[in-house]
Amino acid sequence: MTETTLTGRGVEHGAQLFREWFQQLTAGAERGQGAAYVFVMGSLCELLRVFDFPVVFPEINSLQTAVRRVAHEYLNEAESYGYSPDICGYVKADVAVQLRGGAHPMGKIPKPALAVCTNACNTYVKWGEIWQRMYGMPLFTLDIPGTRGAGLASTPGSVDFERDRRYVEAQLRELITLCAQVSGKRFDIDRLREHMAHANTMSAGWHEVLELNRSRPAVFNALSDGTVFLGVANGFRGTAQGAQYFTELVEEMRQKAEQHIGTPIDEKWRLIFVGVPCYPIFRRFSELFSDWGGVFVNSTYLRFASGGAHLGFRYDLAHPIESLAHGVLVGVRDAMDNMFFQAPALAEMIDTHSADGVVFHPIKSCRTVSTGLADTRRALMATRDVPSLFIESDLMDRRVVSEAQMKNRIDAFFEGLAARKHQEA
Amino acid sequence: MTAVVPRESVVADWLGQPLEDVLSRARDLVEDATFPTVRRWREAGGKVLGHFQVYFPEEIAHAAGLLPFKVRGAPLEPAHAESHFGSYLCSIIKTSLELALANGVELDAFITHPICDAARNLAGVWGRNVTYPCRILYLPQNPNSAFAATYLRDEYARIRDLCHEIAGRPVTDDGLHASIAVFNENRALLRRLYSLRREQPWLLPVHEAYVLVALAGLIPRQEHNALLRALLPQLKRRRVAKQDKIRVIVEGGFCEQPPLDLLRAIARSCYVVDDDLLIGLRWLTSDVPVTGEPLFALAASYIDRSAHSPVQHDLRKPKEKMLLERLDTANAQAAILLAAKMCEPGLEELVVHTRALDGRGVRYFVSEFEENMSSFDQLEIQLETFVENLLFD
Repeated sequence: MTETTLTGRGVEHGAQLFREWFQQLTAGAERGQGAAYVFVMGSLCELLRVFDFPVVFPEINSLQTAVRRVAHEYLNEAESYGYSPDICGYVKADVAVQLRGGAHPMGKIPKPALAVCTNACNTYVKWGEIWQRMYGMPLFTLDIPGTRGAGLASTPGSVDFERDRRYVEAQLRELITLCAQVSGKRFDIDRLREHMAHANTMSAGWHEVLELNRSRPAVFNALSDGTVFLGVANGFRGTAQGAQYFTELVEEMRQKAEQHIGTPIDEKWRLIFVGVPCYPIFRRFSELFSDWGGVFVNSTYLRFASGGAHLGFRYDLAHPIESLAHGVLVGVRDAMDNMFFQAPALAEMIDTHSADGVVFHPIKSCRTVSTGLADTRRALMATRDVPSLFIESDLMDRRVVSEAQMKNRIDAFFEGLAARKHQEA
Repeated sequence: MTAVVPRESVVADWLGQPLEDVLSRARDLVEDATFPTVRRWREAGGKVLGHFQVYFPEEIAHAAGLLPFKVRGAPLEPAHAESHFGSYLCSIIKTSLELALANGVELDAFITHPICDAARNLAGVWGRNVTYPCRILYLPQNPNSAFAATYLRDEYARIRDLCHEIAGRPVTDDGLHASIAVFNENRALLRRLYSLRREQPWLLPVHEAYVLVALAGLIPRQEHNALLRALLPQLKRRRVAKQDKIRVIVEGGFCEQPPLDLLRAIARSCYVVDDDLLIGLRWLTSDVPVTGEPLFALAASYIDRSAHSPVQHDLRKPKEKMLLERLDTANAQAAILLAAKMCEPGLEELVVHTRALDGRGVRYFVSEFEENMSSFDQLEIQLETFVENLLFD
C-alpha cells in the first residue's frame, strides 16, 4: 500500500464504522430488539457480546448530539422534564433521547434490555437508575475498587490486589447469570475467549498508537483524530472489526512515524490535553489551537475514556473469567487514576511526548473529571517547568461555552509560549 | 509513638445544667467553624481521624483510641480552597478543604468516600496539600452482590490497619466489640430522639434536634451517649404547647448541611417529624452484633441493616419507595425537598422525589441551599405560603 492511501485512513474508516454502527442500532430498534446499555469506563463489551446484545453507549450518543449542534434541543427537553441545569449534560441529552422514543440525529437508539454500569463515575449509577425507572429492566452495577490514595495502587499478585480482583470476579459471575437470564442464551466460554482475543488486539494496538505519537511531528492529533480512534476503541471493543481497525491503524501510524509524516498542520507546539473536549464547538475548539500550530500529542481523555485500554493489557485466554476480572480491575482503576491522581501521569506524558504546554479543560457537566484539575495543575507546575492553560466550558451545553473568551485566553497562551521560546533562544 | 486517649471531658460540665443552656452551648459548638473539641483533643495528646460525609465505620477509629471527626464543611468563605477547584462545584467540598488549609483543623488522617463525582476527588486534592495520610474508603456500590460483605470486611481491615498505624496501638477484636457497644447505645439513643420528634414534635424542633445529633461528630461518642441519656428525659418533660403546624419530612441533608437558620425558619411553620440530616451518623438502623467477627458484623450491618441516601445504590432501596416509606412512617403530611447547589446526586434525586410525591398526591416544597447562605427571608415567605395553602386547602 502506498503512503498516500494509508495516511488518513484511520479517521476515514473510523467515521465509516460509526455510521454503520448507528445503522445497525437503528435496525435493531426498528425490530424492537433490546440492547445492553454500557459506559466507556468498564463497558464489559467482551462479555456482553457473548450473549449477542447490541451495545449502546449513551455517552457517545449524547456527545454526538453536541457535535451535530443539536444538544441544546435535548438539554432543554430534559430540563423541562425536571432535570437541573447543573447536572451532567450527557445524562440530560440521553433522557431526552429516551423521551423521544430513541430518536437521535444519527438514527434510532434501541431501548435497553439490560444496563451495566461501573462505579468509575458516580453519575453512571444514577443514570442507570433513570433507565430502570423508565423501562423496569435489570440494572447491574459492577463495583470496581479504585486506588485508595496517591501512589497506593495495589500490585497484581499482592494480597490487596487479589481481594479486589476476587470481588470483581464474583460480580462478573453474577453478571453472567443475569445476562443468560435476560438474553435466554447459554454462556459460551469459548465465545468469550474469542471476544477477549479481539480486545487483546485492540488494546495492544491502542497502546502502540499512543506511544507512536512520541514521534516528532506527531502522527495524529489526540484531540480531533484521537476522539475518532477512541470511539472505535469503545464501540467496537471485542469485535473482529475493531481488531482489524486497530491493526490497520497501527500500520498507518507506524508508517507515518517512519516517514515523519505529521498531522495536516505545521507542528509548532506539542500540547497535552487534560479533561474532556468541548463538543458543542468541537471543530472550532480544535482549530483554536491548530491555527497556532498547536498539536495535542496526548491526553488523559484517551486514557480514562478508553477504560484504561491504553495500558495494552492482555487477557489470559486460558483463564478467561479470572483474567477478565483482572483486566477490568486494572483498566478501570487506571482510568480512575487518570482522573483523580493524574499528576504523575501528566509529568510522564510531558517527558515522553516532549510537550511544550498543558491545556486543562474542566467542564461544568462533569465533576468526576473536573473537580481536581485546578489542584492538579498546581501540583504539576511544581514539578515541571511547562506552561499551562486553564479554560472552563462544557462538553454539551453551549450556554456555558464562550468562544470569544476562550480564543482570547488561547491566543494569550500561545503568545506566552512564543515569548518564552524567544527568551530561551 | 502511641497516641494518648485524652481523659478530659468536653461536656461534663454541661450535665446538670438547665436544658435551654445545654441546647445553647450545643448550638455554639456545632456552629463554631474552628472546631474547638478537635483542637483540644489534639492538644491533650490525642489523635484525630477526619472522615468526609456520608458514612464511616467510626467504631474502628474509636477502638484505636482516635477521635473520629465528621468532616461536613462549615459556613465559611473558602478563600484558600477556592483556587484548588474549578467553578462548578458544591460548597462543602471547598469549605471542607478550607478547614484543613487555613482554619486550623489539624488531623492525623483523612478518609473520603466516592459518594459523588466531586467527593471522590477529595483524597487526591487533600493529599497533595497536607502531610498526613489521605485515603479513599470504597464502600460497596454493588451491595446486592453476594460477595459485597466479604469485600467490605476486607476494606474495613485496611482501615483498621491504618488506624493502628496512626494510633500506634493494635485494634483488637475485643476493642472493636467494646466500641461497637458504645456506638450501638448511641444509635439507640438517636433512635429515641427521632422517635420523640415523631410522637411529640413540639418538644424538639428540627434545629435543636440537629445540633444534638451533630455533636456526635465532634466529641467522643461515650460522652455523647452520656449527654443524650441526660437530655432525653428533660426533653420529654419540656413544657411546650403543641401548635397548629403541619407535619413534614425534610430530605436533602445527607451531605452538605443546610444552615441552622434555614432549619429554624422551617421550624417556625412546620413540625419536622423525620429527615435525612447527617444520615451517616444514623446509617446503621439496628444493633451491630457484639460477638463473632466484628469487622464482618459492621460490614453486614452496612449492607443489610442500613438507611438510604441518594449516594448509595441498592436495588432493594428504590429512592422513591424509600422516600414514601419515610413519609408514611413519620405520618407526615408533606415533604420539604432540599438540594445543595451544584450537588449532582441531590439535584438528580429531586426529579425522582417530586414525581413520587406527585404520584401519591403529596404536597412538597422544593428549595436549593448552600451551607453559607445567610438570607432566608424570601424562603421563609415562600414556605409560609406553602404551609398556608396546605392548612386552608
